[in-house]
Amino acid sequence: MSREVILEADNLVKYYPIRAGVLRRTIGQVKALDGVSFKLYKGETLGIVGESGCGKSTLGRMLMRLEEPTAGTLTFDGVDVYTQKGAAMRRLRRDIQIVFQDPYTSLNPRKTVGDIVGEPFEIHRDVVPKGGRRRRVQELLDLVGLNPEHINRYPHQFSGGQRQRIGIARGLALNPKVIICDEPVSALDVSVQAQVVNLLEKLQSEFGLAYVFIAHDLSVVRHISDRVGVMYLGTMVELGDEEQIYSRPTHPYTQALLSAVPVPDPTLRGRREQIVLAGDVPSPANPPSGCRFHTRCWKAQQKCVTDVPLLINRPDGRGAHDSACHFAEARVVV
Amino acid sequence: MSSTLNNEVLGSTSSWQPHDGLLLEVDGLEVEFRTREGVAKAINGVSFDLREGETLAILGESGSGKSVTAQAVMGILDSPPGFVTGGEVRYCGEDILAMSDERRRTIRGPEISMVFQDALSSLNPVFPVGWQIAEMFRQHRGMNKSNALAEAVRLMERVQIPGAAQRVKAYPHQFSGGMRQRIMIAMAIALDPAVLIADEPTTALDVTVQAQIMQLLEELQAERRMGLILITHDLGVVADVADRIAVMYAGRIVEYADVFDLYAQPAHPYTKGLLESIPRLDRKGETLASIGGLPPNLMQIPPGCPFNPRCNYAQDICREQRPELYEVGHHRRSACHFADQLVRGQEPPLTRRRDQLEGGVRP
Repeated sequence: MSREVILEADNLVKYYPIRAGVLRRTIGQVKALDGVSFKLYKGETLGIVGESGCGKSTLGRMLMRLEEPTAGTLTFDGVDVYTQKGAAMRRLRRDIQIVFQDPYTSLNPRKTVGDIVGEPFEIHRDVVPKGGRRRRVQELLDLVGLNPEHINRYPHQFSGGQRQRIGIARGLALNPKVIICDEPVSALDVSVQAQVVNLLEKLQSEFGLAYVFIAHDLSVVRHISDRVGVMYLGTMVELGDEEQIYSRPTHPYTQALLSAVPVPDPTLRGRREQIVLAGDVPSPANPPSGCRFHTRCWKAQQKCVTDVPLLINRPDGRGAHDSACHFAEARVVV
Repeated sequence: MSSTLNNEVLGSTSSWQPHDGLLLEVDGLEVEFRTREGVAKAINGVSFDLREGETLAILGESGSGKSVTAQAVMGILDSPPGFVTGGEVRYCGEDILAMSDERRRTIRGPEISMVFQDALSSLNPVFPVGWQIAEMFRQHRGMNKSNALAEAVRLMERVQIPGAAQRVKAYPHQFSGGMRQRIMIAMAIALDPAVLIADEPTTALDVTVQAQIMQLLEELQAERRMGLILITHDLGVVADVADRIAVMYAGRIVEYADVFDLYAQPAHPYTKGLLESIPRLDRKGETLASIGGLPPNLMQIPPGCPFNPRCNYAQDICREQRPELYEVGHHRRSACHFADQLVRGQEPPLTRRRDQLEGGVRP
């Protein structure tokens, strides 16, 4: 695989103000995303995992510039995304598309499938000439495994898996280079989930797409990803190849997360080590000092309370990968 | 056990005694929903039983009838549109579907209780959680307010809610998802039921919280010898906790087996398909073998085997004749004409390629 960077996030920060009182004065900030950096290479899949509230969906929206950053830069193919305006920004939007989680609310129920998938052509008029749009939409439907003759149907006439295919067809319409998949299969039944995962993989190899695959299901992420980033409370705590993260995780949070995932094999019952974390994730409005995981970590020491651990290369037994733990040490948990 | 002591003090020791440890028998249950669009056959002859201390998992995808089964057993089916049209649900030998509402109330709660998936919408938002837990004791045990509240605190401590004595007056929205699910569990076990039905208890929760909740359920079950019915779609959770599994498809049980047997060698093509279609945490796999097509519309369940339009082994017999739930081994049943072959690990002849089924376009 060519290691050409297509998208680079540098120290992305997003704070949401908490307002109160009659004057709606800002009394605090929810630190949804607090300094996240990574590179996405051409044609690869970067999985982003984490629990609810860790900022992974905020990250997805930031990569789409659906949110303006509090700080940080995003570079797409050498262009600074957040400083673009007007036509240049619209041009840029063709290259980064998104597939949403919920196929039930992300499609307009009053529009036909043809309107939904064809809508990008209304905005980006030069992509496909007007006369050829209907045919192009049918090609897209065929590509995602839907019957092209169903172009005049409405979303409610399709099942959840099929609606997700419609969302994918819409994402593909402008021939993007990067697709952000925000929990694309978590609303689907297992048998249908596999169909959609296979479709995403097929499309990737066909068009050389790069995916940022945001999900909470660690098994699905392992299946589809080349590299994986683990998030906790607005920060990236570990980032590495799929093999490094799953076989040699060095951050305690990653280890706990992986050990909690049930494996569909009863013969492993009681033989897998399970790290059960106490308590809940702290509030992002008032995150813990130092390492954000120190309140729940069994390794925590004074240093973890005072010093923020950087996401840097740390040894994992066989090599090294990025981990944000002062006491990073590989541990087999899967 | 302190709660048993309390029961004796109050003279309300259960009058229900299981025969041979057999708590619950569901026999030929049928449920349909009568809607404006037509009649949806949600449950079509479901039978299973549950013993003391046993965990039975009911596994299925959305629309397979797993939650409706639980609602029918609990007697909380929305009616109309839902109607039980056949079958029996026996608790300790007595059919609860034929009971008077009054008698049934002596079972629902004290004997069989339920934990729901969505704790936020199952708890009343305008009452403190302690009050809601204490209501169980006031209603069923006739306790006064302060005793009931003391019991509620004790239960909240049992389900490991930190600072229970202070938080007993808090409202549901002041708790996190995992803590709310603990409160639901506290309410469900308040009256020391013999059967606990957990309907997707961890589906809305994060994986680390899921681990906490499943651990709690396991502990409580062991401590109280409860029979647990776990309704889920998650093959991983099932593998971790269940003793036996009933796999449901289109309102029927298609496979019923011991958990180890089922994972070692599924005896129904649907179960086999499910197991092959899930990505695994401990392996980096190739392409997932998905099941093509879609689950059937319950208003038009296909003739013959309901799985035949999606099955890779479907032959003429599958399209014409509905397979019974055949006995295929020790405590093991499968509703497939080729179950004998599958259970021995042999594959019946493929009648279509998997990729012919991909796409999942509803006809």
